[in-house]
Amino acid sequence: MNIVVCVKQVPDTTEIKIDPIKNTLIRQGVPSIMNPFDKNALEEAIQLKEQYSGSVTVISMGPEQAKATLREALSMGADKAYLVTDRAFGGSDTYATSYILSKVIEKLGPFDVILGGKQAIDGDTGQTAPSIAEHLGIARLTHIRSMKIDGNKCVVEREIEEGIEIVEAKLPILCTATKETNKPRYATIKGKIDSLKADIENITLADLPNMDITKIGLKGSPTRVKSTFIPERKSSCEMLESVNPRETAKVLFGKLAEAKIL
Amino acid sequence: MDLKQYQDVWVFIDCFQGHPKDVGYELLGQGRLLAEALKQKCCAVIIGENVDEAIKGATEYGADIIYVVRGEEYANYSADAYGHAFLELCEKYHPNTILIGATANGRDLGSKLAIRLKTGLTADCTALSVEEDTGNVVWERPAFGGNLYARILCSETRPQMGTVRPGAFKKPQKCQNKLSVMIREDIRTKQEDILTKVIDFIKAKDESGIKLEEAEYIVAGGRGLKGAENFTMLKELADLLGGSVGASRAAVDAGWIPQSKQVGQTGKTVTPKVYIACGISGAVQHLAGMTESDTIIAINKDASAPIFEVADYGIVGDVFEMVPAMIKEMRIAKNLEQ
Ligand SMILES: Cc1cc2nc3c(=O)[nH]c(=O)nc-3n(C[C@H](O)[C@H](O)[C@H](O)COP(=O)(O)OP(=O)(O)OC[C@H]3O[C@@H](n4cnc5c(N)ncnc54)[C@H](O)[C@@H]3O)c2cc1C
Ligand SMILES: Cc1cc2nc3c(=O)[nH]c(=O)nc-3n(C[C@H](O)[C@H](O)[C@H](O)COP(=O)(O)OP(=O)(O)OC[C@H]3O[C@@H](n4cnc5c(N)ncnc54)[C@H](O)[C@@H]3O)c2cc1C
Repeated sequence: MNIVVCVKQVPDTTEIKIDPIKNTLIRQGVPSIMNPFDKNALEEAIQLKEQYSGSVTVISMGPEQAKATLREALSMGADKAYLVTDRAFGGSDTYATSYILSKVIEKLGPFDVILGGKQAIDGDTGQTAPSIAEHLGIARLTHIRSMKIDGNKCVVEREIEEGIEIVEAKLPILCTATKETNKPRYATIKGKIDSLKADIENITLADLPNMDITKIGLKGSPTRVKSTFIPERKSSCEMLESVNPRETAKVLFGKLAEAKIL
Repeated sequence: MDLKQYQDVWVFIDCFQGHPKDVGYELLGQGRLLAEALKQKCCAVIIGENVDEAIKGATEYGADIIYVVRGEEYANYSADAYGHAFLELCEKYHPNTILIGATANGRDLGSKLAIRLKTGLTADCTALSVEEDTGNVVWERPAFGGNLYARILCSETRPQMGTVRPGAFKKPQKCQNKLSVMIREDIRTKQEDILTKVIDFIKAKDESGIKLEEAEYIVAGGRGLKGAENFTMLKELADLLGGSVGASRAAVDAGWIPQSKQVGQTGKTVTPKVYIACGISGAVQHLAGMTESDTIIAINKDASAPIFEVADYGIVGDVFEMVPAMIKEMRIAKNLEQ
């Protein structure tokens, strides 16, 4: 079975701080990590390979430094890694990103299973992976819990707000993983050492002759970020003394009653 | 592309087994505001097998036109069947703007439509407005886990599309005697064109009491609660208030409370009258789901916890003393105890 996993390198958004004076994000010193949900996607791919044999390819679109994330994927057990990188790809929104990644997948494929994360923790849209499926014209199932393969079919448990759907589909299929899908493994020491020596090929625009260049980069992106801002926080918190909890509770309910809240 | 050919604001009424989700109605309220600013109509799109409840709801919540596609192939959501029906409608009627709830299915459907219509899709929006001179919708959304908000435009293609967080807006007032125009389209999707088939469904464990998204009072607990058993006192306080219990992801990850109770960026967005955060530090991912609450009360023993930055009333104290004291005072006030 041939599996490809889309992994994105992201800033660890739990480490991001706000510059209180300039009111901007402080990105310096924020570590770059593999998008957490993509780790679940990769773990699922490795488990599928262990069960049904085959190979796991990882691809990431981004600058040269994203190779660190690809090496991490190799150290966890991926077989082959490619960095998709070109100036022409910069500024791509989810439409353009998914189009580029679909062309890369076509070039490297065919694949039986394509895996990605539920969403990236920076852009946070959750749109790229299902959009890849749409560009490729294949089936997709988002937010999966588990996945079983039977010949050219698969049975997937899919999380929706109301519960879990059991869904059957033919391969090839694209699925997105969540935190509940599995528990990603740690890299072995040997895996880490091997990954440092591994050869990671770059895929650039020149390698993708079938690409419609009107659909890529900033120009090919229908959405545009017009402005960004840091959410305002109320700074008007009224602190209540808490010498005696019962007294404090009384004061609180008194204030809520006065403000007609309770 | 002649943008003028594209008229009206469409709202997808996301249903599960024939029951519309609140987010569709929340969006009819927003769709109405956008439609007024654009001087266009606000329309509902209903796809399903049993569509009566959704039609009734869309009328009550003020849709000018209701597009209905009905068939047994739409009993369960599938990107293929729903996408096919929705795309046919778009080809025939050329909507200007499409609003879809950012549910699991809504996000999936949104990406399918955007790619096929070659247009932009803004994800998980929390505020919408219209640029007066251009008629572009300004889509506002959190990114970087809620650390940053972006305003996004899709100015050169139509329809302009967005998914919107459930709970980000309140449902509008119901209309009295609204006359909606109903357009039924006979669009069928062939079985062989539906690549994924739902063969079974396991319902999430029934939540007793008031649903988190609908609760007017929420008592939420975090890692500071220290164990599953301590959520009982939160439940007691919530019951006295006539509300529901919520949680941070740390409490969910610890297995103290089900995921359906998680508030935040990867949980639910809630806008209750009162949100009481107990032993929750106030990480941005948590704040992303609750800062729009009318009144926020924070109880935390650490005076520097960021939750106090969004709270209206703060108590620096121990939840294990404060919550029982609040329960006691509530019971006295309700004459349940002296
Ligand atoms: C503040 C801000 C807001 C934005 N809002 C929007 C918006 O509303 N609509 C829009 O179309 N674009 C938006 N973008 C652009 C968007 O972030 C980029 O297109 C980005 O390349 C992919 O989107 P994402 O980070 O949301 O990924 P998601 O769609 O959340 O990622 C889902 C999965 O797709 C795969 N994937 C995503 N990117 C890559 C990659 N580079 N390499 C390999 N795999 C990948 C991974 O498996 C990942 O888990 C926004 C960007 C910013 C900075
Ligand atoms: C991709 C991603 C998505 C996420 N999504 C969400 C999300 O949707 N929702 C969410 O909540 N989190 C989310 N998180 C996690 C988030 O970053 C925080 O880790 C989490 O919110 C912390 O939960 P907490 O406040 O309960 O725990 P902590 O941060 O550990 O805070 C516990 C607090 O309890 C206080 N405390 C301890 N004992 C007592 C006591 N006896 N009395 C009073 N106070 C006490 C402490 O002072 C502390 O402030 C996400 C993270 C990531 C990376």
